[in-house]
Amino acid sequence: MSKLRINPRTEQKIISYLLYFLTSIAIIVLIFILTVILKNGLPQLSLEFLTRNPADMGREGGILSTILATVFLTFIALLVATPLGVGTAIYLTEYTLEGRVTKIIRFGAECLAGIPSIIFGLFGFILFVNKLKFGWSILSGGLTLAFMILPTIIRTSEEAIKSVPPAYRLVSFSLGSTRWQTVTKVVLPSAIPGIVTGVILSIGRSIGETAAVIFTAGSALRMPTSIFSSSRTMAVHFYILAKEGVSMPKAYGTAAVLVISILVVNLLTYYLMEKYIKRKS
Amino acid sequence: MVSKSSNKLEKSDKLIKLSLLMIALSAVSVLAIITIFIFEQGLPIMFKYGLKHFLLGQDWYPSEKSFGLLPMIIGSLMVTFGALIIGVPLGLASAIFLTEFSSRRVARFLKPVIELLAGIPSVVYGFIGLMFLVPFIREKFGGPGLSVLAASVILGIMILPTVISITIDSIRAVPDSYREGSIALGATKWQTVKMVVLPAARSGIIAGIILGMGRAIGETMAVIMVAGNAADIPGSLLAPVRTLTSNIALEMAYASGEHREALFATGVILFVIIMILNTVANMTSARQRKRGSGR
Repeated sequence: MSKLRINPRTEQKIISYLLYFLTSIAIIVLIFILTVILKNGLPQLSLEFLTRNPADMGREGGILSTILATVFLTFIALLVATPLGVGTAIYLTEYTLEGRVTKIIRFGAECLAGIPSIIFGLFGFILFVNKLKFGWSILSGGLTLAFMILPTIIRTSEEAIKSVPPAYRLVSFSLGSTRWQTVTKVVLPSAIPGIVTGVILSIGRSIGETAAVIFTAGSALRMPTSIFSSSRTMAVHFYILAKEGVSMPKAYGTAAVLVISILVVNLLTYYLMEKYIKRKS
Repeated sequence: MVSKSSNKLEKSDKLIKLSLLMIALSAVSVLAIITIFIFEQGLPIMFKYGLKHFLLGQDWYPSEKSFGLLPMIIGSLMVTFGALIIGVPLGLASAIFLTEFSSRRVARFLKPVIELLAGIPSVVYGFIGLMFLVPFIREKFGGPGLSVLAASVILGIMILPTVISITIDSIRAVPDSYREGSIALGATKWQTVKMVVLPAARSGIIAGIILGMGRAIGETMAVIMVAGNAADIPGSLLAPVRTLTSNIALEMAYASGEHREALFATGVILFVIIMILNTVANMTSARQRKRGSGR
Protein backbone atom coordinates (compact mmCIF):
# COMPACT_ATOMS: atom_id res chain seq x y z
CA MET A 1 0.00 0.00 0.00
CA SER A 2 1.45 3.32 -1.02
CA LYS A 3 1.91 5.85 1.77
CA LEU A 4 0.70 8.76 -0.34
CA ARG A 5 -2.77 7.32 -0.61
CA ILE A 6 -5.38 7.71 2.07
CA ASN A 7 -7.05 4.49 3.05
CA PRO A 8 -10.19 4.30 0.88
CA ARG A 9 -12.33 3.51 3.90
CA THR A 10 -11.07 6.57 5.78
CA GLU A 11 -11.55 8.67 2.67
CA GLN A 12 -15.07 7.32 2.35
CA LYS A 13 -15.83 8.29 5.94
CA ILE A 14 -14.39 11.80 5.65
CA ILE A 15 -16.22 12.42 2.41
CA SER A 16 -19.56 11.27 3.72
CA TYR A 17 -19.30 13.61 6.72
CA LEU A 18 -18.27 16.47 4.44
CA LEU A 19 -21.17 15.80 2.09
CA TYR A 20 -23.56 15.57 5.04
CA PHE A 21 -22.30 18.91 6.34
CA LEU A 22 -22.51 20.73 2.99
CA THR A 23 -25.97 19.33 2.30
CA SER A 24 -27.17 20.55 5.70
CA ILE A 25 -25.93 24.06 4.92
CA ALA A 26 -27.76 24.10 1.60
CA ILE A 27 -31.00 22.78 3.08
CA ILE A 28 -30.87 25.05 6.14
CA VAL A 29 -30.36 28.17 4.03
CA LEU A 30 -33.24 27.29 1.73
CA ILE A 31 -35.54 26.43 4.65
CA PHE A 32 -34.55 29.67 6.40
CA ILE A 33 -35.75 31.74 3.44
CA LEU A 34 -39.07 29.96 3.39
CA THR A 35 -39.53 30.28 7.15
CA VAL A 36 -38.82 34.02 7.20
CA ILE A 37 -41.32 34.72 4.43
CA LEU A 38 -44.06 32.57 5.94
CA LYS A 39 -43.49 33.72 9.53
CA ASN A 40 -43.73 37.39 8.62
CA GLY A 41 -46.18 37.00 5.77
CA LEU A 42 -48.83 34.65 7.11
CA PRO A 43 -50.06 37.08 9.84
CA GLN A 44 -50.76 39.58 7.04
CA LEU A 45 -53.02 37.21 5.17
CA SER A 46 -56.76 37.45 5.43
CA LEU A 47 -59.71 37.02 3.14
CA GLU A 48 -59.70 40.77 2.76
CA PHE A 49 -56.07 40.80 1.63
CA LEU A 50 -56.89 38.32 -1.12
CA THR A 51 -60.18 39.80 -2.27
CA ARG A 52 -59.55 43.55 -2.24
CA ASN A 53 -57.61 45.65 -4.67
CA PRO A 54 -54.54 47.57 -3.57
CA ALA A 55 -55.19 51.14 -2.43
CA ASP A 56 -52.88 54.09 -1.81
CA MET A 57 -50.05 52.65 -3.98
CA GLY A 58 -50.18 49.36 -2.09
CA ARG A 59 -50.05 50.77 1.44
CA GLU A 60 -53.66 49.76 2.04
CA GLY A 61 -56.04 47.12 0.76
CA GLY A 62 -55.22 43.75 -0.69
CA ILE A 63 -53.68 42.29 -3.82
CA LEU A 64 -56.61 40.92 -5.84
CA SER A 65 -55.76 42.72 -9.09
CA THR A 66 -52.15 41.53 -8.96
CA ILE A 67 -53.24 37.91 -8.38
CA LEU A 68 -55.52 38.04 -11.40
CA ALA A 69 -52.84 39.69 -13.54
CA THR A 70 -50.40 36.91 -12.60
CA VAL A 71 -52.92 34.18 -13.44
CA PHE A 72 -53.82 35.67 -16.84
CA LEU A 73 -50.19 36.24 -17.79
CA THR A 74 -49.17 32.71 -16.83
CA PHE A 75 -52.15 31.26 -18.66
CA ILE A 76 -51.26 33.04 -21.91
CA ALA A 77 -47.64 31.99 -21.58
CA LEU A 78 -48.54 28.30 -21.10
CA LEU A 79 -51.14 28.38 -23.84
CA VAL A 80 -48.49 29.45 -26.34
CA ALA A 81 -45.42 27.65 -25.01
CA THR A 82 -46.73 24.17 -24.10
CA PRO A 83 -47.79 23.04 -27.60
CA LEU A 84 -44.65 24.55 -29.13
CA GLY A 85 -42.38 22.97 -26.54
CA VAL A 86 -43.90 19.48 -26.48
CA GLY A 87 -44.16 19.50 -30.29
CA THR A 88 -40.48 20.38 -30.59
CA ALA A 89 -39.55 17.62 -28.17
CA ILE A 90 -41.61 15.06 -30.08
CA TYR A 91 -39.98 16.08 -33.34
CA LEU A 92 -36.48 15.91 -31.88
CA THR A 93 -36.89 12.53 -30.25
CA GLU A 94 -39.37 10.61 -32.40
CA TYR A 95 -39.44 12.04 -35.89
CA THR A 96 -35.90 12.60 -36.91
CA LEU A 97 -32.42 11.23 -36.61
CA GLU A 98 -29.61 13.23 -35.08
CA GLY A 99 -28.28 15.50 -37.80
CA ARG A 100 -27.80 19.08 -38.82
CA VAL A 101 -31.43 20.08 -38.23
CA THR A 102 -31.60 18.66 -34.72
CA LYS A 103 -28.27 20.26 -33.92
CA ILE A 104 -29.55 23.67 -34.95
CA ILE A 105 -32.81 23.22 -33.04
CA ARG A 106 -31.03 22.04 -29.90
CA PHE A 107 -28.53 24.85 -30.12
CA GLY A 108 -31.39 27.33 -30.49
CA ALA A 109 -33.22 25.95 -27.47
CA GLU A 110 -30.07 25.83 -25.37
CA CYS A 111 -29.15 29.41 -26.21
CA LEU A 112 -32.69 30.57 -25.56
CA ALA A 113 -32.53 28.93 -22.13
CA GLY A 114 -29.43 30.91 -21.28
CA ILE A 115 -30.81 34.28 -22.28
CA PRO A 116 -31.43 36.43 -19.20
CA SER A 117 -34.97 37.50 -18.43
CA ILE A 118 -34.01 41.17 -18.72
CA ILE A 119 -33.12 40.57 -22.40
CA PHE A 120 -36.54 39.01 -22.91
CA GLY A 121 -37.91 42.14 -21.26
CA LEU A 122 -36.05 44.43 -23.67
CA PHE A 123 -37.13 42.30 -26.62
CA GLY A 124 -40.77 42.13 -25.54
CA PHE A 125 -40.75 45.87 -24.97
CA ILE A 126 -39.51 46.60 -28.50
CA LEU A 127 -41.53 43.94 -30.36
CA PHE A 128 -44.85 43.63 -28.51
CA VAL A 129 -45.16 46.94 -26.70
CA ASN A 130 -43.70 49.23 -29.38
CA LYS A 131 -43.69 47.65 -32.85
CA LEU A 132 -46.87 45.55 -32.61
CA LYS A 133 -48.51 48.28 -30.53
CA PHE A 134 -49.94 45.94 -27.87
CA GLY A 135 -48.74 48.50 -25.35
CA TRP A 136 -47.90 47.54 -21.78
CA SER A 137 -50.40 44.74 -21.50
CA ILE A 138 -51.17 41.25 -20.30
CA LEU A 139 -50.79 40.06 -23.90
CA SER A 140 -47.29 41.56 -24.29
CA GLY A 141 -46.21 40.14 -20.93
CA GLY A 142 -47.74 36.72 -21.59
CA LEU A 143 -46.11 36.35 -25.01
CA THR A 144 -42.74 37.44 -23.63
CA LEU A 145 -43.06 34.87 -20.84
CA ALA A 146 -44.06 32.20 -23.37
CA PHE A 147 -40.78 32.67 -25.23
CA MET A 148 -38.93 32.60 -21.94
CA ILE A 149 -40.36 29.31 -20.70
CA LEU A 150 -40.24 27.60 -24.12
CA PRO A 151 -36.73 26.12 -23.66
CA THR A 152 -37.63 24.73 -20.22
CA ILE A 153 -40.63 22.92 -21.67
CA ILE A 154 -38.62 21.64 -24.66
CA ARG A 155 -35.79 20.39 -22.47
CA THR A 156 -37.90 18.63 -19.85
CA SER A 157 -40.28 17.14 -22.42
CA GLU A 158 -37.34 15.84 -24.41
CA GLU A 159 -35.78 14.26 -21.33
CA ALA A 160 -39.13 12.74 -20.41
CA ILE A 161 -39.73 11.32 -23.88
CA LYS A 162 -36.19 9.99 -24.12
CA SER A 163 -36.58 8.13 -20.83
CA VAL A 164 -39.44 6.04 -22.25
CA PRO A 165 -37.89 2.60 -22.92
CA PRO A 166 -37.35 1.86 -26.65
CA ALA A 167 -39.07 -1.51 -26.14
CA TYR A 168 -42.42 0.29 -25.72
CA ARG A 169 -42.05 1.77 -29.19
CA LEU A 170 -40.92 -1.50 -30.74
CA VAL A 171 -43.94 -3.30 -29.35
CA SER A 172 -46.23 -0.57 -30.60
CA PHE A 173 -44.69 -0.65 -34.10
CA SER A 174 -44.82 -4.43 -34.19
CA LEU A 175 -48.56 -4.19 -33.57
CA GLY A 176 -48.81 -2.15 -36.75
CA SER A 177 -49.13 1.34 -35.28
CA THR A 178 -47.91 4.36 -37.17
CA ARG A 179 -45.36 6.67 -35.63
CA TRP A 180 -48.02 9.20 -34.58
CA GLN A 181 -50.13 6.51 -32.95
CA THR A 182 -47.07 5.28 -31.11
CA VAL A 183 -46.30 8.82 -29.98
CA THR A 184 -49.80 9.68 -28.80
CA LYS A 185 -50.84 6.30 -27.38
CA VAL A 186 -47.59 4.92 -25.99
CA VAL A 187 -44.78 7.45 -25.69
CA LEU A 188 -46.64 10.55 -24.46
CA PRO A 189 -48.65 8.76 -21.75
CA SER A 190 -45.43 7.31 -20.34
CA ALA A 191 -43.66 10.65 -20.60
CA ILE A 192 -46.40 12.74 -19.00
CA PRO A 193 -44.93 13.02 -15.49
CA GLY A 194 -41.74 14.50 -16.93
CA ILE A 195 -43.60 16.82 -19.26
CA VAL A 196 -45.86 18.00 -16.45
CA THR A 197 -42.81 18.66 -14.31
CA GLY A 198 -41.48 20.99 -17.02
CA VAL A 199 -44.80 22.78 -17.34
CA ILE A 200 -44.99 23.22 -13.57
CA LEU A 201 -41.45 24.52 -13.42
CA SER A 202 -42.52 27.03 -16.04
CA ILE A 203 -45.58 28.07 -14.07
CA GLY A 204 -43.32 28.76 -11.12
CA ARG A 205 -41.00 30.77 -13.31
CA SER A 206 -43.89 32.74 -14.80
CA ILE A 207 -45.45 33.52 -11.44
CA GLY A 208 -42.16 34.72 -9.98
CA GLU A 209 -40.76 36.54 -13.01
CA THR A 210 -40.20 40.25 -12.56
CA ALA A 211 -37.57 41.64 -14.93
CA ALA A 212 -39.23 40.46 -18.15
CA VAL A 213 -42.71 41.41 -16.98
CA ILE A 214 -42.13 44.89 -15.60
CA PHE A 215 -41.17 46.25 -19.06
CA THR A 216 -43.85 44.38 -21.01
CA ALA A 217 -46.94 44.17 -18.80
CA GLY A 218 -46.22 47.43 -17.03
CA SER A 219 -46.91 48.15 -13.41
CA ALA A 220 -50.31 49.84 -13.38
CA LEU A 221 -52.21 49.07 -10.19
CA ARG A 222 -55.53 48.52 -11.90
CA MET A 223 -57.93 45.66 -12.27
CA PRO A 224 -57.12 44.02 -15.64
CA THR A 225 -60.19 44.27 -17.87
CA SER A 226 -58.86 42.76 -21.11
CA ILE A 227 -55.68 41.20 -22.45
CA PHE A 228 -54.71 44.70 -23.59
CA SER A 229 -54.80 46.30 -20.16
CA SER A 230 -51.58 47.12 -18.40
CA SER A 231 -51.31 45.42 -15.07
CA ARG A 232 -48.98 44.66 -12.22
CA THR A 233 -48.26 41.04 -11.30
CA MET A 234 -47.71 39.86 -7.73
CA ALA A 235 -43.96 39.61 -8.22
CA VAL A 236 -43.70 43.15 -9.62
CA HIS A 237 -45.97 44.44 -6.85
CA PHE A 238 -43.79 42.78 -4.22
CA TYR A 239 -40.64 44.17 -5.83
CA ILE A 240 -41.99 47.72 -5.84
CA LEU A 241 -43.30 47.46 -2.27
CA ALA A 242 -39.99 46.10 -0.97
CA LYS A 243 -37.54 48.11 -3.07
CA GLU A 244 -39.21 51.44 -2.54
CA GLY A 245 -40.06 50.64 1.07
CA VAL A 246 -43.75 51.39 0.48
CA SER A 247 -45.01 48.96 3.11
CA MET A 248 -43.07 46.07 4.61
CA PRO A 249 -46.13 44.27 6.08
CA LYS A 250 -47.84 44.32 2.67
CA ALA A 251 -44.59 43.24 1.03
CA TYR A 252 -44.31 40.24 3.34
CA GLY A 253 -47.98 39.42 2.76
CA THR A 254 -47.55 39.53 -1.01
CA ALA A 255 -44.39 37.44 -0.80
CA ALA A 256 -46.22 34.85 1.28
CA VAL A 257 -49.02 34.57 -1.28
CA LEU A 258 -46.43 34.36 -4.07
CA VAL A 259 -44.43 31.65 -2.34
CA ILE A 260 -47.47 29.68 -1.14
CA SER A 261 -49.04 29.64 -4.58
CA ILE A 262 -45.80 28.35 -6.07
CA LEU A 263 -45.53 25.70 -3.34
CA VAL A 264 -49.14 24.62 -3.82
CA VAL A 265 -48.70 24.32 -7.58
CA ASN A 266 -45.53 22.28 -7.13
CA LEU A 267 -47.02 20.04 -4.42
CA LEU A 268 -49.98 19.38 -6.67
CA THR A 269 -47.62 18.13 -9.35
CA TYR A 270 -45.94 15.82 -6.92
CA TYR A 271 -49.29 14.42 -5.87
CA LEU A 272 -50.31 13.89 -9.49
CA MET A 273 -47.01 12.30 -10.38
CA GLU A 274 -47.15 9.92 -7.42
CA LYS A 275 -50.66 8.94 -8.35
CA TYR A 276 -49.78 8.52 -11.98
CA ILE A 277 -46.69 6.46 -11.34
CA LYS A 278 -48.53 4.22 -8.88
CA ARG A 279 -51.30 3.61 -11.38
CA LYS A 280 -48.77 2.62 -14.01
CA SER A 281 -47.10 0.04 -11.85
CA MET B 1 -59.49 -2.45 -45.89
CA VAL B 2 -56.49 -2.66 -43.67
CA SER B 3 -54.04 -1.47 -46.33
CA LYS B 4 -56.31 1.40 -47.36
CA SER B 5 -56.57 2.82 -43.89
CA SER B 6 -52.86 2.33 -43.21
CA ASN B 7 -52.07 4.22 -46.42
CA LYS B 8 -54.15 7.11 -45.22
CA LEU B 9 -52.45 6.94 -41.87
CA GLU B 10 -49.02 7.05 -43.48
CA LYS B 11 -49.97 10.13 -45.46
CA SER B 12 -51.21 11.92 -42.37
CA ASP B 13 -48.05 10.84 -40.61
CA LYS B 14 -46.00 12.74 -43.18
CA LEU B 15 -48.17 15.80 -42.67
CA ILE B 16 -47.69 15.47 -38.93
CA LYS B 17 -43.95 15.24 -39.35
CA LEU B 18 -43.91 18.43 -41.40
CA SER B 19 -46.01 20.35 -38.85
CA LEU B 20 -43.81 19.11 -36.03
CA LEU B 21 -40.75 20.35 -37.92
CA MET B 22 -42.33 23.79 -38.21
CA ILE B 23 -43.06 23.80 -34.49
CA ALA B 24 -39.56 22.56 -33.72
CA LEU B 25 -38.08 25.51 -35.58
CA SER B 26 -39.97 27.92 -33.30
CA ALA B 27 -37.22 28.02 -30.68
CA VAL B 28 -34.59 28.87 -33.29
CA SER B 29 -36.86 31.49 -34.84
CA VAL B 30 -37.50 33.11 -31.47
CA LEU B 31 -33.76 33.21 -30.86
CA ALA B 32 -33.21 34.80 -34.26
CA ILE B 33 -35.92 37.41 -33.74
CA ILE B 34 -34.58 38.34 -30.31
CA THR B 35 -31.06 38.65 -31.69
CA ILE B 36 -32.23 40.85 -34.57
CA PHE B 37 -34.25 43.19 -32.37
CA ILE B 38 -31.64 43.62 -29.64
CA PHE B 39 -28.84 44.22 -32.15
CA GLU B 40 -30.95 46.51 -34.30
CA GLN B 41 -31.60 48.70 -31.27
CA GLY B 42 -28.17 48.50 -29.70
CA LEU B 43 -25.60 48.28 -32.50
CA PRO B 44 -25.98 51.69 -34.21
CA ILE B 45 -24.93 53.62 -31.11
CA MET B 46 -22.05 51.21 -30.51
CA PHE B 47 -20.69 51.95 -33.95
CA LYS B 48 -21.33 55.67 -33.56
CA TYR B 49 -19.19 55.98 -30.43
CA GLY B 50 -16.93 53.01 -31.15
CA LEU B 51 -16.74 49.58 -29.55
CA LYS B 52 -13.77 50.67 -27.48
CA HIS B 53 -15.80 53.43 -25.87
CA PHE B 54 -18.38 50.91 -24.68
CA LEU B 55 -16.17 47.96 -23.74
CA LEU B 56 -13.24 49.77 -22.16
CA GLY B 57 -14.75 53.07 -21.04
CA GLN B 58 -14.93 53.35 -17.26
CA ASP B 59 -17.40 56.21 -17.03
CA TRP B 60 -21.12 55.75 -17.30
CA TYR B 61 -22.70 59.21 -17.55
CA PRO B 62 -25.47 58.80 -20.11
CA SER B 63 -26.55 62.44 -19.87
CA GLU B 64 -23.03 63.53 -20.90
CA LYS B 65 -22.84 60.98 -23.73
CA SER B 66 -20.34 58.85 -21.88
CA PHE B 67 -21.31 55.20 -22.11
CA GLY B 68 -18.42 53.21 -20.60
CA LEU B 69 -19.63 49.74 -19.64
CA LEU B 70 -16.40 48.28 -18.28
CA PRO B 71 -17.48 48.58 -14.60
CA MET B 72 -20.67 46.65 -15.34
CA ILE B 73 -18.88 43.99 -17.39
CA ILE B 74 -16.39 43.42 -14.57
CA GLY B 75 -19.23 43.56 -12.04
CA SER B 76 -21.22 40.87 -13.82
CA LEU B 77 -18.20 38.58 -14.12
CA MET B 78 -17.29 39.06 -10.44
CA VAL B 79 -20.70 38.22 -9.01
CA THR B 80 -21.15 35.28 -11.37
CA PHE B 81 -17.78 33.84 -10.42
CA GLY B 82 -18.58 34.39 -6.74
CA ALA B 83 -21.93 32.65 -7.17
CA LEU B 84 -20.25 29.62 -8.73
CA ILE B 85 -17.69 29.40 -5.92
CA ILE B 86 -20.52 29.25 -3.41
CA GLY B 87 -23.22 27.42 -5.33
CA VAL B 88 -21.39 24.68 -7.21
CA PRO B 89 -19.63 22.88 -4.29
CA LEU B 90 -22.76 23.08 -2.12
CA GLY B 91 -24.95 21.96 -5.00
CA LEU B 92 -22.79 19.05 -6.14
CA ALA B 93 -22.22 17.88 -2.56
CA SER B 94 -25.94 17.94 -1.82
CA ALA B 95 -26.78 16.08 -5.01
CA ILE B 96 -24.15 13.38 -4.41
CA PHE B 97 -25.22 13.03 -0.78
CA LEU B 98 -28.89 12.71 -1.63
CA THR B 99 -28.40 10.19 -4.41
CA GLU B 100 -25.56 8.02 -3.17
CA PHE B 101 -24.99 8.47 0.55
CA SER B 102 -28.27 9.23 2.31
CA SER B 103 -30.91 6.72 3.17
CA ARG B 104 -33.74 6.36 0.70
CA ARG B 105 -36.20 7.93 3.13
CA VAL B 106 -34.14 11.08 3.62
CA ALA B 107 -33.65 11.49 -0.11
CA ARG B 108 -37.32 10.93 -0.80
CA PHE B 109 -38.14 13.74 1.61
CA LEU B 110 -35.40 16.21 0.70
CA LYS B 111 -35.44 16.06 -3.10
CA PRO B 112 -39.01 17.36 -3.35
CA VAL B 113 -38.18 19.99 -0.72
CA ILE B 114 -35.32 21.27 -2.85
CA GLU B 115 -37.38 21.18 -6.01
CA LEU B 116 -40.16 23.09 -4.31
CA LEU B 117 -37.64 25.71 -3.29
CA ALA B 118 -36.45 26.05 -6.88
CA GLY B 119 -39.72 27.84 -7.49
CA ILE B 120 -39.01 30.66 -5.06
CA PRO B 121 -38.92 33.84 -7.18
CA SER B 122 -35.72 35.82 -7.50
CA VAL B 123 -37.28 38.94 -5.96
CA VAL B 124 -37.84 36.94 -2.78
CA TYR B 125 -34.16 35.96 -2.64
CA GLY B 126 -33.24 39.60 -3.17
CA PHE B 127 -35.58 40.69 -0.41
CA ILE B 128 -34.18 38.17 2.07
CA GLY B 129 -30.68 39.30 1.12
CA LEU B 130 -31.65 42.92 1.72
CA MET B 131 -33.24 42.22 5.10
CA PHE B 132 -30.67 39.78 6.56
CA LEU B 133 -27.47 39.39 4.56
CA VAL B 134 -26.79 43.06 3.82
CA PRO B 135 -27.05 44.21 7.47
CA PHE B 136 -24.96 41.17 8.51
CA ILE B 137 -22.15 42.04 6.10
CA ARG B 138 -22.30 45.71 7.10
CA GLU B 139 -21.91 44.87 10.79
CA LYS B 140 -19.39 42.03 10.57
CA PHE B 141 -17.18 43.09 7.68
CA GLY B 142 -17.80 46.81 7.32
CA GLY B 143 -18.64 48.76 4.18
CA PRO B 144 -22.16 49.54 3.03
CA GLY B 145 -23.25 45.90 3.10
CA LEU B 146 -24.67 46.28 -0.39
CA SER B 147 -21.73 44.60 -2.09
CA VAL B 148 -20.11 42.11 -4.42
CA LEU B 149 -20.11 39.67 -1.51
CA ALA B 150 -23.82 40.04 -0.83
CA ALA B 151 -24.68 39.62 -4.52
CA SER B 152 -22.40 36.56 -4.83
CA VAL B 153 -23.87 34.83 -1.80
CA ILE B 154 -27.47 35.47 -2.86
CA LEU B 155 -26.75 34.31 -6.41
CA GLY B 156 -24.88 31.27 -5.09
CA ILE B 157 -27.94 30.30 -3.04
CA MET B 158 -30.24 31.02 -5.97
CA ILE B 159 -28.45 28.63 -8.29
CA LEU B 160 -28.44 25.85 -5.66
CA PRO B 161 -31.79 24.26 -6.53
CA THR B 162 -30.94 24.34 -10.25
CA VAL B 163 -27.55 22.71 -9.75
CA ILE B 164 -28.86 20.19 -7.21
CA SER B 165 -31.89 18.95 -9.08
CA ILE B 166 -30.18 18.66 -12.46
CA THR B 167 -27.18 16.88 -10.91
CA ILE B 168 -29.50 14.50 -9.05
CA ASP B 169 -31.32 13.68 -12.26
CA SER B 170 -28.13 12.98 -14.17
CA ILE B 171 -26.66 10.87 -11.35
CA ARG B 172 -29.88 8.87 -11.14
CA ALA B 173 -29.74 8.32 -14.89
CA VAL B 174 -26.51 6.34 -14.49
CA PRO B 175 -27.52 2.65 -14.67
CA ASP B 176 -27.27 0.71 -11.39
CA SER B 177 -25.24 -1.97 -13.15
CA TYR B 178 -22.32 0.50 -13.31
CA ARG B 179 -22.40 0.86 -9.53
CA GLU B 180 -22.82 -2.86 -8.96
CA GLY B 181 -19.85 -3.57 -11.23
CA SER B 182 -17.67 -1.14 -9.34
CA ILE B 183 -18.73 -2.36 -5.88
CA ALA B 184 -18.19 -5.95 -7.01
CA LEU B 185 -14.60 -5.03 -7.87
CA GLY B 186 -14.12 -4.02 -4.24
CA ALA B 187 -14.41 -0.25 -4.60
CA THR B 188 -15.85 1.79 -1.74
CA LYS B 189 -18.97 3.83 -2.26
CA TRP B 190 -16.99 7.04 -2.66
CA GLN B 191 -14.57 5.44 -5.12
CA THR B 192 -17.55 4.25 -7.10
CA VAL B 193 -19.03 7.73 -7.11
CA LYS B 194 -15.74 9.40 -7.97
CA MET B 195 -14.57 7.02 -10.66
CA VAL B 196 -17.75 5.59 -12.17
CA VAL B 197 -20.90 7.56 -11.39
CA LEU B 198 -19.64 11.14 -11.72
CA PRO B 199 -17.77 10.55 -15.01
CA ALA B 200 -20.84 8.83 -16.44
CA ALA B 201 -23.09 11.69 -15.30
CA ARG B 202 -20.68 14.41 -16.34
CA SER B 203 -22.54 15.94 -19.26
CA GLY B 204 -25.68 16.35 -17.19
CA ILE B 205 -23.74 17.88 -14.32
CA ILE B 206 -22.03 20.34 -16.65
CA ALA B 207 -25.41 21.24 -18.08
CA GLY B 208 -26.61 21.95 -14.54
CA ILE B 209 -23.65 24.17 -13.75
CA ILE B 210 -24.00 26.08 -17.02
CA LEU B 211 -27.69 26.60 -16.37
CA GLY B 212 -26.84 27.87 -12.91
CA MET B 213 -24.18 30.15 -14.35
CA GLY B 214 -26.64 31.53 -16.87
CA ARG B 215 -29.10 32.17 -14.07
CA ALA B 216 -26.42 34.00 -12.09
CA ILE B 217 -25.13 36.24 -14.88
CA GLY B 218 -28.61 37.01 -16.12
CA GLU B 219 -30.23 37.55 -12.75
CA THR B 220 -31.54 41.05 -12.37
CA MET B 221 -33.98 41.77 -9.57
CA ALA B 222 -32.20 39.94 -6.73
CA VAL B 223 -28.93 41.60 -7.68
CA ILE B 224 -30.42 45.08 -7.85
CA MET B 225 -31.69 44.70 -4.31
CA VAL B 226 -28.40 43.66 -2.69
CA ALA B 227 -25.55 44.93 -4.91
CA GLY B 228 -25.65 48.68 -4.26
CA ASN B 229 -25.55 49.46 -8.00
CA ALA B 230 -22.76 52.07 -8.05
CA ALA B 231 -21.42 52.26 -11.61
CA ASP B 232 -17.76 51.96 -10.59
CA ILE B 233 -15.33 49.07 -10.80
CA PRO B 234 -15.56 47.48 -7.33
CA GLY B 235 -12.30 47.84 -5.40
CA SER B 236 -13.04 45.00 -2.98
CA LEU B 237 -15.56 42.30 -2.20
CA LEU B 238 -17.27 44.72 0.18
CA ALA B 239 -17.70 47.50 -2.39
CA PRO B 240 -21.00 48.04 -4.18
CA VAL B 241 -21.27 46.74 -7.72
CA ARG B 242 -23.51 47.23 -10.73
CA THR B 243 -24.04 44.40 -13.18
CA LEU B 244 -24.99 44.62 -16.87
CA THR B 245 -28.48 43.39 -16.06
CA SER B 246 -29.12 45.88 -13.30
CA ASN B 247 -27.78 48.67 -15.50
CA ILE B 248 -30.61 47.97 -17.94
CA ALA B 249 -33.33 47.46 -15.36
CA LEU B 250 -32.44 50.51 -13.25
CA GLU B 251 -32.59 53.02 -16.08
CA MET B 252 -34.92 51.52 -18.67
CA ALA B 253 -38.01 53.04 -17.11
CA TYR B 254 -36.99 56.63 -17.80
CA ALA B 255 -34.34 56.38 -20.53
CA SER B 256 -34.95 57.82 -23.98
CA GLY B 257 -32.97 58.62 -27.13
CA GLU B 258 -29.30 57.68 -27.04
CA HIS B 259 -29.55 56.73 -23.37
CA ARG B 260 -32.10 54.04 -24.22
CA GLU B 261 -29.99 52.90 -27.17
CA ALA B 262 -27.01 52.60 -24.84
CA LEU B 263 -29.10 50.34 -22.58
CA PHE B 264 -29.82 48.14 -25.58
CA ALA B 265 -26.07 48.20 -26.26
CA THR B 266 -25.68 46.88 -22.69
CA GLY B 267 -28.11 44.17 -23.71
CA VAL B 268 -25.99 43.40 -26.79
CA ILE B 269 -22.88 42.89 -24.65
CA LEU B 270 -24.77 40.72 -22.15
CA PHE B 271 -26.18 38.77 -25.07
CA VAL B 272 -22.74 38.19 -26.61
CA ILE B 273 -21.26 37.02 -23.27
CA ILE B 274 -24.17 34.59 -22.82
CA MET B 275 -23.81 33.28 -26.38
CA ILE B 276 -20.09 32.65 -25.88
CA LEU B 277 -20.88 30.74 -22.67
CA ASN B 278 -23.58 28.74 -24.40
CA THR B 279 -21.34 27.82 -27.31
CA VAL B 280 -18.60 26.66 -24.97
CA ALA B 281 -21.12 24.63 -22.96
CA ASN B 282 -22.60 23.20 -26.12
CA MET B 283 -19.19 22.11 -27.37
CA THR B 284 -18.30 20.48 -24.05
CA SER B 285 -21.47 18.46 -23.85
CA ALA B 286 -21.27 17.56 -27.56
CA ARG B 287 -17.76 16.18 -27.04
CA GLN B 288 -19.08 14.28 -24.04
CA ARG B 289 -21.95 12.84 -26.06
CA LYS B 290 -19.59 11.70 -28.79
CA ARG B 291 -17.31 10.00 -26.31
CA GLY B 292 -20.27 8.51 -24.45
CA SER B 293 -21.84 7.02 -27.57
CA GLY B 294 -18.99 4.52 -27.89
CA ARG B 295 -20.23 2.41 -25.04
